[in-house]
Amino acid sequence: MADHLEQFRERTRSWLEQNCPQSMRVQPGTRAPGELSDEVAWGGRNEHHTNPDVATWLALMAERGWTAPLWPKEYGGGGLSKPEAKILGEEMRRLRCKPALVGFGLTMIGPLLLEHGSEAQKKRFLPEVCRGEIRWCQGYSEPGAGSDLAGLQTKAELVGDEYVLNGQKVWTSYADKSDWMFILTRTDPDAPKHTGITFMLFDMETPGVTVRPIPLISGASPFCETFLEDVRVPKDQVVGDVNNGWTMAKALLGHERSMISEIFNEERERNLAVEAARKYIPGSEERIADASLRDGIAQLTMDKVCLDLTIARTKEAAKIGHQPGPESSIFKYYATELNKRRTATMVSIMGPQGLGWEGEGFEPSETQAVKNWLRARGNSIEGGTSEIQLNIIAKRVLGLPD
Amino acid sequence: MAYVLNEDQQLLKTTAADFIKKECPVSRLRSLRDSGNAGGFDRAMWSRMAELGWPAILVPERHGGLEMGMTELCCVLEEFGKNLVPEPLFTSALLGAGTLLAAADEPHCAALLPEIATGSSLVTLAYHERGSRYDFLRTTTRARKHGLGWIIDGEKSLVFDGYVADKFIVSARTDGGVADRDGITLFVIDAGAAGLTVTKQSTMHLRDHALVLLAGVEVNGAAVLGSEGCGGEILEDVLDRASVGLSAEMLGNAEGAFEMTLEYLKTRKQFGVLIGTFQALKHRAAELFTEIELSRSAVLGACHALDHGLPEARSLVSVAKARCSDTAVLAGYEGIQMHGGIGMTDEHEIGFYAKRAKASELTFGDAAYHRDRFARLAGF
Repeated sequence: MADHLEQFRERTRSWLEQNCPQSMRVQPGTRAPGELSDEVAWGGRNEHHTNPDVATWLALMAERGWTAPLWPKEYGGGGLSKPEAKILGEEMRRLRCKPALVGFGLTMIGPLLLEHGSEAQKKRFLPEVCRGEIRWCQGYSEPGAGSDLAGLQTKAELVGDEYVLNGQKVWTSYADKSDWMFILTRTDPDAPKHTGITFMLFDMETPGVTVRPIPLISGASPFCETFLEDVRVPKDQVVGDVNNGWTMAKALLGHERSMISEIFNEERERNLAVEAARKYIPGSEERIADASLRDGIAQLTMDKVCLDLTIARTKEAAKIGHQPGPESSIFKYYATELNKRRTATMVSIMGPQGLGWEGEGFEPSETQAVKNWLRARGNSIEGGTSEIQLNIIAKRVLGLPD
Repeated sequence: MAYVLNEDQQLLKTTAADFIKKECPVSRLRSLRDSGNAGGFDRAMWSRMAELGWPAILVPERHGGLEMGMTELCCVLEEFGKNLVPEPLFTSALLGAGTLLAAADEPHCAALLPEIATGSSLVTLAYHERGSRYDFLRTTTRARKHGLGWIIDGEKSLVFDGYVADKFIVSARTDGGVADRDGITLFVIDAGAAGLTVTKQSTMHLRDHALVLLAGVEVNGAAVLGSEGCGGEILEDVLDRASVGLSAEMLGNAEGAFEMTLEYLKTRKQFGVLIGTFQALKHRAAELFTEIELSRSAVLGACHALDHGLPEARSLVSVAKARCSDTAVLAGYEGIQMHGGIGMTDEHEIGFYAKRAKASELTFGDAAYHRDRFARLAGF
């Protein structure tokens, strides 16, 4: 067994060394946070990259099924065992390879279809996902259904063999670049709100779909609003049972929460706040000269240590087969609140240079810091607000009464 | 496993929790206080704890101990903190045995550790002086050479369990300026030594402290612990471990106060409903829970680093002391607020937790002190 894995590691390493284009390897220290998304494939018919290596790398990896290493081969995946997939990940990190493909197809709708989709749906969609031929967006929130997601009102009426959709979705990330949407609709307006919801899929080019991007306080954003007017969806595009969509929505939301709480792990190795303080606060070659900011940076750094230790504790417990403990419920809440403080501190450290928006007189890292700060305000809103997280802890963990 | 307790550790913790819940609930602290008990704890109870092996946890096997680590000791200290148990485990294990072990002085270890392990002798550390704040190097107590021995003059304040200690380890300056790292020497002195006076200090938090006056105390050359002038290094190691032990106690303080508060939220009614249904209180409780879980990780992280001699140990000590100080104080304050009027009365025990937490925060450096230390260690 160990021999087999060692051989797999060697084969994987040499294949990656020979096949991963140089431009698809991250050069140490050159990448500012947030830059990743421009230089990797998200897939779909609307994608264009100036760097041809993006498409080459995707094609090479997809051919081996390594864009979705754990999925079965028959659906376009790699059919790897968990230890093999772990080795693939380790070897990619060792060479600093960028992922060949990212997006909701691999992380959200794909796993959901594997578990709840019909055989026909798996055969139809999963290989396209693996090859990066289809990009997905998520139609959940509505203007009247944010934290109270189950209060959604987008109507789906069965007419013949098709559902007819009418309503409006908001915060549909990348709807303007996506090919298909997975959506929560109300199919039974008379049922209790959690039991009248159905999960379905439709092509964004279906007549009646209109998409409009939403600029944020931080500037351009991936977010859109999506209007649906008599959009006709064949009923074989319903996933799971009719009126059972909430179960699947919850499974996916849990996933989104854990993704958001990992948002700034990539900066683990460097203390960017200390580096910035040395640059922007005169006289900070040894100790940071501003005692208040120094204390704030120490607090942030120590808080991050505590969060990392807590995450490590949960992972260890999982490794020896324990259920996730109550500590895991704090991750989304604490990580997003910490990110808000961290990004605000970065702007404070920059002082007057931290008010730049674009153009002359500011470095890209400065305007980026401003946008990171503003964007982070949304971290404790999206994927379940901090207040919803606290409600969940109070109810599920502490057993406080309703 | 670095941050998840193994079976033996879990068993030790459960045993301690069960024993303490049954034998030393927080209500016992009140009766000890009201009976005017001299040392603030019960000798018979301390003997029973010694039979369970708790004072022997850190003591090496060759000196009659269990030779376990900080992780194990902190499992028990956390349970002490939950019920504000007054018996001197912290003092005995971390200030007594802890200082002897940090000094690695074999003759003194061989003489004292076996008695410490059985609980028959209580050794404490007298290092702190009025006016030194958190600077453990600032030492005005002086030791002058006198023949083959020494004569010591000075005053030590807030000596843990000093009123009932059998022996003191006293820091005194034998060389150097008042705040120098070098030139501090540790001496082992009998509580009955001529010229040594112990006065009980009444503090807010029901923990026994004493003022120790040394007026021309004569000791022989063998009283020196470790080597002459090297006490500063030893103190830093001792206080690092003691800070983590106190952090574990504070984690327990926070848990004890929180448990009490949560119970109140589930039983107290106002406006015809349980107050735990109010979202304003739910959110405060959930935030406190978050802080407690992060504090638990900080204690486990520091213990792991100390037990394995990791280079980041000192930084993680400061993370634990800062985080647990903040959390324990918060749990005390929030506990009083959520209990309402009854929380302000001496009749209710939630106030004991608030007092203990604040006192522990102000011992061995508060959160701001440890943030500053963390920054220094990280080079900023």
